[in-house]
Amino acid sequence: MAINLDAALGIHPQTLDFRVERSKMLAGNLANAETPGYKARDLDFKTVMTQINAGMGHDRSYQAAYRVPYQTSGDQNTVELGKEQARYSRNAMDYQTSLTFLNMKISGLKSAIEGQ
Amino acid sequence: MSFGEIYDIAGAGMHAQTIRLNTVASNLANAGAAAETPETAFRALKPVFSTIYKQTQEGQLSGAHVEVSAIVEADAPLDMRYEPNHPYADEQGYVAYSNVNTVDEMADMMAASRSFETNVEVMNRARSMQQGLLQLGSN
Repeated sequence: MAINLDAALGIHPQTLDFRVERSKMLAGNLANAETPGYKARDLDFKTVMTQINAGMGHDRSYQAAYRVPYQTSGDQNTVELGKEQARYSRNAMDYQTSLTFLNMKISGLKSAIEGQ
Repeated sequence: MSFGEIYDIAGAGMHAQTIRLNTVASNLANAGAAAETPETAFRALKPVFSTIYKQTQEGQLSGAHVEVSAIVEADAPLDMRYEPNHPYADEQGYVAYSNVNTVDEMADMMAASRSFETNVEVMNRARSMQQGLLQLGSN
């Protein structure tokens, strides 16, 4: 019986990749928190998941969307620092979750190989 | 996956905030400086931030970097004080002082250092994410 590594690891490598790309985007938002006219962008997890669930696979073509701010600011900057920090923090935790799942999958495979 | 660009973005943010902090420092240092003529008076320096999108490989989204595109002089009116005995006083007895608003500068300084810290946090978090990835499968 051959092990298909992609199938064995499940969806977690894709989500891990998505989390890194999203934190790049959120880091950009945080760096530009005080740039006049900067429009905050974000990636949508739902879109990626729908794509994967529909069997279209994971082609890494993430679409960035512009954020709709809760309040408008005078300099047309749409970064809301507190919310952005919360998103960044949560995204990092979601990354850790995917990482933990991957680790569990790998240790599962390991014990299967070692037969213990 | 591109952790590298996160470091670049946070680094660019830290650099921009450092420049801002530098302008604040020079503004505060020159806050009470008198000038011989209004033309030579010190005017507060203000950095102008702008976003740059770096070109990345195909299929990859570009992160938003920040840079200081210019440093401009504040166009607030100079502080003209009536000091007839001052050596720099003009015919009417007024001396031109710099247009630095100390309270403004202090607020700016706090905002800049907080923003700097935000970028440091972003970098720290990215580092711990990458460390976790490197240790994948080791336990």
